[in-house]
Formats: sequence, structure tokens, C-alpha cells
Amino acid sequence: MTLPTNSDAGRENFRTSVIQLDRPGDPSVFGEQTRAEAAQIIARYPAGQSRSALLPLLHLVQSEQGYVTSDGIAFCADILDITKAQVSAVVTFYTMYKRSPTGEYLVSVCTNTLCGMLGGDDIFAALGQTLGVGDNQTTEDGTITLEHAECLAACDYAPIVTVNYEFFDNQTVASAHKLVNALRGGERPMPTRGAPLCSFKQIERQIAGFHTAETLAPDANTSGVPTEIGVHLAVERGESAPSYAVERTDARTAEASAARAASQPTSAHDAPLETSASDEQHPQDSGGAAEPEPGKGT
Amino acid sequence: MPLTPVLTKRFGTDQPWKIENYERLDGYTGLRKALGMPPDDLIALVKDSNLRGRGGAGFPAGMKWQFIPQGDGKPHYVVVNADEGEPGTCRDLPLMMNDPHSMIEGIIIACYAVRAEWAFVYIRGEAVHAIRRVTAAVEEARAKGYLGSDILGSGFNCDITIHNGAGAYICGEETALLDSLEGKRGQPRLKPPFPATNGLYDAPTVVNNVGTLASVPYIVLGGADWFKEMGPAGSPGPCVYSLSGRVQNPGQYEAPMGSTLRELLELAGGMSRGKDLKFWTPGGSSTPMFSAKHLDVALDFDSAVAAGSMNGTSALMIFDQDDCVVRAVKKWCDFYLHESCGKCTPCREGTYWYVGIYQRLEAGGGTIEDIATLLDLSDNILGRSFCALGDGAVSPVTSSIQLFREEYLAHVEGDGCPFPGARALVGAH
Repeated sequence: MTLPTNSDAGRENFRTSVIQLDRPGDPSVFGEQTRAEAAQIIARYPAGQSRSALLPLLHLVQSEQGYVTSDGIAFCADILDITKAQVSAVVTFYTMYKRSPTGEYLVSVCTNTLCGMLGGDDIFAALGQTLGVGDNQTTEDGTITLEHAECLAACDYAPIVTVNYEFFDNQTVASAHKLVNALRGGERPMPTRGAPLCSFKQIERQIAGFHTAETLAPDANTSGVPTEIGVHLAVERGESAPSYAVERTDARTAEASAARAASQPTSAHDAPLETSASDEQHPQDSGGAAEPEPGKGT
Repeated sequence: MPLTPVLTKRFGTDQPWKIENYERLDGYTGLRKALGMPPDDLIALVKDSNLRGRGGAGFPAGMKWQFIPQGDGKPHYVVVNADEGEPGTCRDLPLMMNDPHSMIEGIIIACYAVRAEWAFVYIRGEAVHAIRRVTAAVEEARAKGYLGSDILGSGFNCDITIHNGAGAYICGEETALLDSLEGKRGQPRLKPPFPATNGLYDAPTVVNNVGTLASVPYIVLGGADWFKEMGPAGSPGPCVYSLSGRVQNPGQYEAPMGSTLRELLELAGGMSRGKDLKFWTPGGSSTPMFSAKHLDVALDFDSAVAAGSMNGTSALMIFDQDDCVVRAVKKWCDFYLHESCGKCTPCREGTYWYVGIYQRLEAGGGTIEDIATLLDLSDNILGRSFCALGDGAVSPVTSSIQLFREEYLAHVEGDGCPFPGARALVGAH
């Protein structure tokens, strides 16, 4: 494992995050279908706010080319009518936009403190050695790009490795070796949680927000012991949150409302806005069957 | 302390993420009730409940809602912060995976209360599993008439756009998240103005965490007093504690706010390898660490602060005697350096120098002055950085020096890390 030094922090961040633009980029590399899909992305956002589409658009161009190229940047700039510099600034900010060809499988090893100390550091070092690549580098056969990841929000399954962002939980050096060997041998092992593996380009398409009935399959296994452990233990111990009945709560809400109206201390942060009819100033009793007036400020 | 599953109560049941199963277990009854109430009453109810934001800061959710100016003629937005990434934090993704409809129901109620018709769920890009699950759930909700126009015949219109991030911890900061949602680099904005008046597209915006919004349907059904039956008055409700690290049974334990590590550790079967507890975080890496002295600190927003830390995201990362605290902090510093957005000097330069110093301490070559330099650096970051990321970076450094100064000294005197595991890794360099 290469430890970061001051001159080379060992991983990309804003200091080292530059983009090599060897040529101006050609938006016409992307066909009509991509333009149509770009239009679909823009349509997800309010009229006049097309720039909001930039993040998913970059995932879309990455899903076609495997990384963000000069062409992808030119395409996004063209579609959104912003400058290529504006697009490049965004590309270089986010970790998930890759700036060199990415392998069919992006293998990410969490080396943040918890996963790292529970074995993630060893796994990252071992995979680097086996694959002969460093951080953010791709094997010669183009199968695997290895990267170390920051916290992937699955600490209760540490140490975590993801392949194209699908979880492989509770990894060891041995299990991670087995995993990458299978990937290099053309297999696609099932993730511990999540959907069956697909290619990096295909997963980027999902992240761009394009799903099929298959990718949304609602039955895919997505839970595990740590997720459910507390609730199972509660059942075992016969414990639960206080119960409530809907009838009772109507009355209670009214009571609470009355109590609040009677004595409501306010802090400086708490001052109701002049234009809001909320809270103290609201004229109606709570819990009543008054017709709502949606969208209408009172 | 009993376990009190509310947000997690459907976990482990038969495919709780499917709308039919959700409906069978009270799903969307909170929405039906809410749509029969005046919006201002909903704001008052959530305020009464004293539901405090589960994203870390603990700001009262009802107040956030109340700050939205009404009758201003502008569109209002609700933005869900599902950019879970604080080291140690792992409860929003399982919630979205197992019970996405509770969040969606909360979003619709929030929209109705603050008079917004459009909500955005900002999910971190790496969380493809949650992206798929929430996408499918939104489609189900739309098909059933819980989203779209004239919801349940109320005349209220509301829809949800799922927006996927691209890998940047800073986007969990609410104004950075808004910039990112607008298609820019995710850098925090100067506050004030706050998002409540100048948020997404410069319009009034509520930004709430996943767990905060998922709590709302229960508060609507159970009432504010029911919610306050759990936990202390200043910080009520159930709290999903995420235990990870050197613990026998890591996972999600939902108990009243104000539970202690001693109680939680007992539930989780104790330490995992027969070693003593050494240090732990009460709410993610950005909250000052605790030690075995703090086993009985009540873990709620106010008590954790009184004890010198924060409840944060109730992410308890637990480490034992064989774990090197200097190495742990070094790795967190690597993280903050990587994730600093570079906008402000104290955070950008401070995290950079942190890493250099920790590198020396671990690998050898650290000096006694380095410890003083770390504290001096910390003084120049804390309260001087643009957003809370800089403050968060300071937390593990200063708290570990305070609690484990002798271990720092051992690194200096031994010319490197005295722990065998870490030395092996340094040697591999």
C-alpha cells in the first residue's frame, strides 16, 4: 500500500484533480438516441433549470464511453448551452466521474477508518498487488479498475468492497481475492446485497436514472442480519415503541395544540415569519375536518 | 432501556418495500390524515413533537418548515438529503432499502405542510441499490395516486424527482447539496440567507434528512405527545443507533433518544474480540470521540453536547485496546483532506497539514512539537472554516489528543506506530 505524502496525497482531490483535454471534443459522437435521453433527463427538472441535469448527463455520457471524455464534456456543454469550462469544473469535482477508461468492473475497497482498520487496508493492498495496479488504475486486460473508496454507508457490514457499486459485505483478503479472480475469469458473483452484477457502463446508465423493469426488480435481496438485528431483538425481548390509536391521537393533537397555544415560549430563532400563518397565529382547531387549501398561502 | 422500533419496525417483515405490504402495515394512513388537516396545523404538530433533524445537526424540523414564507408567490421545494456518507453512518440507506415508502409518505406530508409541489431526493450516486428501490417506490406511489395531481382527491399536487449524486461527501452539507442539485460543484453557500428563503433555484426550500421525513407519518398518526413518550423532552423520539466496529453484533438498534453505549453494547452482545473498549464516536467521525469513561453518557442531542461531543448521526464506531487511535485519526484526516471542497483556506490547508503530520507520527519522524502544531492548526480551523466540514475534521484530532495524549507521545518516542498491525502496513510502503 502506498501511503500518502505531502507532495503526493496518494489520491485525487481538488489539488490533483485536473483534466487533460487533448482536443476540443466532438458532441456529434453521441447519436440521436443519446440526445433524446438527454432531453428526458432535462425534463425531470423545472422549466428553465436545465443545468440541474448536468450530473445525470455526465453519468449518461460515462455510460456510453466508460469515462468522461472531451466529447462527453462537449456534448453536455452543447446540450445545456453552458461552457465546456463549466462542465469540466463539475467533472473534476466529483469522484464518480472517471477521466481515464474504466474497466468493466470498478472494484472499490473502503479504506476509511472503520473498514480500513477491520481489514480494508489489507484488502486494498492485497488486491493492488494481485492485480498489479494502484489506486484508480485499470488492469491491462481492461477488466478491473481498482480504487479505494471513502465511507460507503454500510459500516455494520465492514469491511466493504463494492463492484460497480454493488455490495460485497464482510470481506477478507481471501474472499476479495476470490471475488476479483472470478471477475477476471468472466464470472459475475452475486453481490451480498443488491442486484446481479452488470458492467460499469450499464450501472452508470442506472445512475443516470434509466431503469428497466428488470433492474428495478423489487424482490432482489437487499437486507441482511445487521440491518434487521435490532428489530428481531425487540421481538425476542417483547419490546416495542409505545403504541398509538388513531382515534386517540386526534384528541391528543388537539390537546397538545391547546397546550401550545396557552404557553408557547419563543426564541429568537423561533419567531414566526410575518407571512406565515403557522403556529400561534393559525386560526383553526387542529384535528378538525376542515378542507385543506392546497398550495394556498393564508 | 427497551428497544423501540418505529422507523425500523417493518424491517424483516415480508418485503416491506412493496407498497401493498407498506399499506397493510398502516402505510399512507398518515398521509390521508394529514391531507384532512390545515397545513399550518401540520407544521404546528411537527413543532410540538420537537422532532429534531436526524441528519446530524438536530435542528427542529418543525421550525425549518415554519421558516418557509407563505403567500410569497414563489414555488417552494422540499429536498431530501439522502447523501449519506458521514463515516460510521449507515442507517438512511437501509431505511430507503427496506421502507422507502415511509420516507416518501413523509415527503408528501412535508410538501403539503410547506405548500410545495415538487420534491427532490438527492441520493448519493454510489448507492445504486437505494436509487433503484426509491425509484421503484416512487413509481408505485404514483400509480396508486399518492403522487401526481389531486392526491387522494384533496386537490393537492405533488411529485418527486430522484437526483443522483456523483461522489462528494460535502454534498451532505445542505447548501452544497443545493448547488450540486443545480448542476454545479458542490460547494457550500454563505449563510444567511438560509435555504428556507433562498434555497433551490433561489426559492424557499426545506432540506430534511431521510430519517427526519420518515418520522413524520408516525407523528401525524401518533401525535406529538406519543412521540415525546420516548427520550428526553429536549430531544425526543426514537433514535436509530448504528453500531459498527469491534462489537459482537453490529447493526441498527432503534431505541429511545438518550440511550447509553453501555445499554447498546449489551444489546449488541458486547465487544467482539474480548478486548476492552478504547475509543468510540457517538455520532460519526465528525463528532469528538469518547472513551470508556463515557459509557453512561445519554446519547441525545443535548446530553452528548454537555458531555463534550455531539449525537450527530448516532453512528457509533467502536474500537478496542488493540486499535491505534493515532492511525484511526490519521485515516479520518485522509478522508477530510480528500473531501474538503477547497473553497475556504482553513479547511483546505488545515486538512492538508493534518495529513502530513499524522503521516510522520505513524511512519516515524514525528516530534513532540507536532502535537502542539496539531492543536494550533485545529484552533485555526475550528470556527474559521466556511462550513461544518472543517469543524468536523477538527473533532477527532483534538478529542483524541485530549483523551490519548500518551499514545501520541508513544508514537514520537517510539519513532512510529507502536501497534504491530499498523507497523506492518507502514513497512509495506
